[in-house]
Amino acid sequence: MTIDRRRFLAAASGGAALVAAPSLLRAQAAATIRIGEINSYTAQPAFLKPYRQGWELALEQVNAAGGVLGRKVETLFRDDAGKPEDAVRHAGDLLNAEKVDLIAGGYLSNVGLAIADFAAQNKRLYAASEPLSDALVWSKGNRYTFRLRPSTYMQAAMLVEEAAKLKARKWALVAPNYEYGQSAVKWFKTLLKQARPDVEFVAEQYPALGRIDAGATVQALEAAKPEAIFNVTFSADLTNLVRQGNTRGLFEGRDVVSMLTGEPEYLDALGGEAPEGWIVTGYPHADLATPEHVRFRDAYMAKYKDYPRLGSVVGFDTMNSIAAALARAGSTDTEKLVAAMEGLKFPSAFGAAEYRAIDHQSTLGAFVGRTALKDGKGVMVGWRYCDGARYLPSDDVVKTLRPAG
Amino acid sequence: MLDLILTQTLNGLASASSLFLVASGLSIIFGVTRIVNFAHGSLYMLGAYLGWTLVTWLGPASPFGFWGGVLLAALSVAAIGVLIEVAILRRIYQAPELFQLLATFGVVLMIQDIALAVWGPEDKLGPRAPGFKSFVILFDSRFPTYELLLIAIGPAVLGLLWFLFRRTRWGTLVRAATQDREMVGALGVNQRLLFTSVFAFGAGLAGLGGALQLPREAATLHMDLSMIAEVFVVVVVGGLGSVTGAYLAAVLIGILHAFGILIFPKITLVLVFLVMAVVLVAKPHGLLGKPPTGQARAPADEPLLRPADRATKLAGLAALLLLATLPLVTPDYLVLTLTELLILGLFAASLHFMMGPGGMTSFGHAAYFGLGAYGAALAVKWLGAPMEPALLFAPLLAGVAGAVFGWFCVRLSGVYLAMLTLAFAQIAWATAFQWVEFTGGDNGILGVWPAQWAVSKTAFYYLVLGLCAACVLLLRIMLFSPLGYALRAARDNPLRAEAIGIDTMRVQWAAFVVAAFAAGIAGGLFAFFKGSVFPTYLAIPRSVDALLMVLLGGVQTVSGPIVGAFAYAGLSEQLSRLTMYWRFALGLSIVLLVVLFPRGLVGSFLAWRERSRAEPAR
Repeated sequence: MTIDRRRFLAAASGGAALVAAPSLLRAQAAATIRIGEINSYTAQPAFLKPYRQGWELALEQVNAAGGVLGRKVETLFRDDAGKPEDAVRHAGDLLNAEKVDLIAGGYLSNVGLAIADFAAQNKRLYAASEPLSDALVWSKGNRYTFRLRPSTYMQAAMLVEEAAKLKARKWALVAPNYEYGQSAVKWFKTLLKQARPDVEFVAEQYPALGRIDAGATVQALEAAKPEAIFNVTFSADLTNLVRQGNTRGLFEGRDVVSMLTGEPEYLDALGGEAPEGWIVTGYPHADLATPEHVRFRDAYMAKYKDYPRLGSVVGFDTMNSIAAALARAGSTDTEKLVAAMEGLKFPSAFGAAEYRAIDHQSTLGAFVGRTALKDGKGVMVGWRYCDGARYLPSDDVVKTLRPAG
Repeated sequence: MLDLILTQTLNGLASASSLFLVASGLSIIFGVTRIVNFAHGSLYMLGAYLGWTLVTWLGPASPFGFWGGVLLAALSVAAIGVLIEVAILRRIYQAPELFQLLATFGVVLMIQDIALAVWGPEDKLGPRAPGFKSFVILFDSRFPTYELLLIAIGPAVLGLLWFLFRRTRWGTLVRAATQDREMVGALGVNQRLLFTSVFAFGAGLAGLGGALQLPREAATLHMDLSMIAEVFVVVVVGGLGSVTGAYLAAVLIGILHAFGILIFPKITLVLVFLVMAVVLVAKPHGLLGKPPTGQARAPADEPLLRPADRATKLAGLAALLLLATLPLVTPDYLVLTLTELLILGLFAASLHFMMGPGGMTSFGHAAYFGLGAYGAALAVKWLGAPMEPALLFAPLLAGVAGAVFGWFCVRLSGVYLAMLTLAFAQIAWATAFQWVEFTGGDNGILGVWPAQWAVSKTAFYYLVLGLCAACVLLLRIMLFSPLGYALRAARDNPLRAEAIGIDTMRVQWAAFVVAAFAAGIAGGLFAFFKGSVFPTYLAIPRSVDALLMVLLGGVQTVSGPIVGAFAYAGLSEQLSRLTMYWRFALGLSIVLLVVLFPRGLVGSFLAWRERSRAEPAR
């Protein structure tokens, strides 16, 4: 690991050595297993900085334990700046120039889909960590692509379970205007209508991602006089929506169900304005006391002097699941890796999970609870772990959703 | 219902004030220095972040701490403005028009990474303003008092600016310089001081706008680019250099926005650009803008374009031969990089065709590149077309769009024309983004892979090389055809061109379509190269890339755009591999190149060759 880190640092601080001696590097590389990791590091740093730290922690642990298949593992990180075409460029470069054994990463859905299509065309394994789009494993799913995070469908299903218990019948929806927001709204409406045929949806707002006009949006939602609100916005949009909503009393006396809001990345940014009593999916990092999580958290805090975010868990789990797949396959051969990934059980910071053979979706779950204020900061209370396996459609339905089989 | 209308009007006015503060600064800077200041959004972002730091430091609870922090932030940003002007912009005022845009874009990239390094990746939610933390009941609903304060600040700043420009000597000089810079210089006014002070003043306004956002919005690393496009729209819709016009435009856009989301909630993406397109088509100089008096900068000092001499022809042939033999000797991953560079080279050359000889700058050239890509991808997706016919659809769709958009655009000139191309590009982008059933929305169209014979990297490379070289040569031949000469005549002196019987508008329209057509070919190749197509292909960053490549190479040279494309894309590709702070490195490189080669890479080389040839003769 020390060599890898030093090599990375050398590259980061100018990379003169890397340019001067590529042949030397490639000669060394034959001995290591190389993973090419592509993510939107400069475009989405709030999620991806902790993600990378989680990944590097897992990598360090794997190598400290002697690596996989008797070989050290190294990772080449690349920044796609949020553009799918740049992600494809990096993927080509990683496969052809750097001779990586597999590709991982992805934050935005369209970046994930572009890499997945590239992986299928080039017959290489792609372990998608973060992209939430259902299309990644269903309508556009392919043999070579596996995804770790609970998808938009799964998170919507988890929230609908709680939303259906509420008395509210008139719902307003607010979601960022892109695929993630649209499909979260679609599933939430479909599933809630199944569970509660008496609900109606009285307003929908689709602010542009990162560009919410919060005052006007809050007013438009307020005007519909809903009894409950389903929110899909996150990051800066969420922060601005909450501040305007708090001042204008949008959330008073109303139930709010909100996707991703319990993730420390977004909840912490709200500081003392964090809303109370919202039903959210997220990650109660301070209170989760299962042995595997405590072990992860202690190691993370010892290494980085900071608490883990959800991104840290995603990075940590992705790396560990890849190590598990390599060990199971006994080889870096792509076809063997694909076979090993199907039905692969791997340890995660949230407990054991599995990459389903039927659609290549992992069963990693999420926490559902309510938000509360504690010492001037937002936290999740009354939470429970929702195992992802329970929030997926039946196998027959999945088969119809996934033409690739 | 009436209550809602009144409240949304107030919401619109509050957003208008924030927009106006930033836009007025941009408008003043452009008026005097003619700099299209791309970094204005970055100054706004710095205002917000510095405001957050200073207010937190001085104590957000006390009025002194809060307002003192906000003012201090504005002053700090003004000081940063001075630094940018003195260190970079002052050195390149003599460069061709729009060249400064390149430098300010370098600054944008640098500030992005500086902000990330200094303030970290997490959003910073600022404190509420003391005395304006709560709400009043207006029209039956709660309305934040801070928004009321903002509504008042807009007109107050407008009044102050009016006083400054009408009643002070400095303001008179600024107005004079806006109308005729050379004359102000000839009258003995210290231009350096005037330019620096104007830039600092505009930067300070942007910083103030950013700091005043703190109580209503979190400071984020995306504020810069999300603001810059919108304030450009405000400035142009209002009329360049007109501060009152900027306020009117801000109000128009703010209010339309507030009501737009009630009726079409999904329209927010494109509404401002629709407004701009309508305004510019109806009023070619914006709401309150006046036609410019005289040329902003005479193009006479540009070297004439000459047909290639022997040396140039040989150099071109050598380059082509080199490109043709490279795949035989280089490892195949370099072939991928070269393929991308060739496609971008054609893309840049197509923009150069309308921008250099045509004199029509486009801020939205990605539209034709992206529509080319979509033309090919849609043919594959809906018609099941193989690669060869699908590649024909690429320039077809781009060319048709070029003909439609171009018809409106050639009626305008200068920055107005450029902004109308941007508006059309954004409309095209929004269509690709929003029409999910047809285009796949932001998830794009996948599986656009080349035909069997072109699957291998080398085969596809030769396909790209063949098509790109042919198109670039054709563009070059066209430059020295009657169309090309007529085009340059129309650019250099429209009046004389008309007098000798050239239908300038038709010539420019033809050039517009040719440029769109060529960009479409590049886009189609790019689609098959990447295997997928996304709305990002038509988005603003790609238009900016094209602009940068042309400017970096040299606007008034024929081979400049190709060299610029190789330099810019090659540089950013290499840097992004070497360091996570590649944006800072790229920005710094751009700034250095701009200062060292103020005519662009090829332009500076030609000027140097011209000089060294002339010297022995003396």
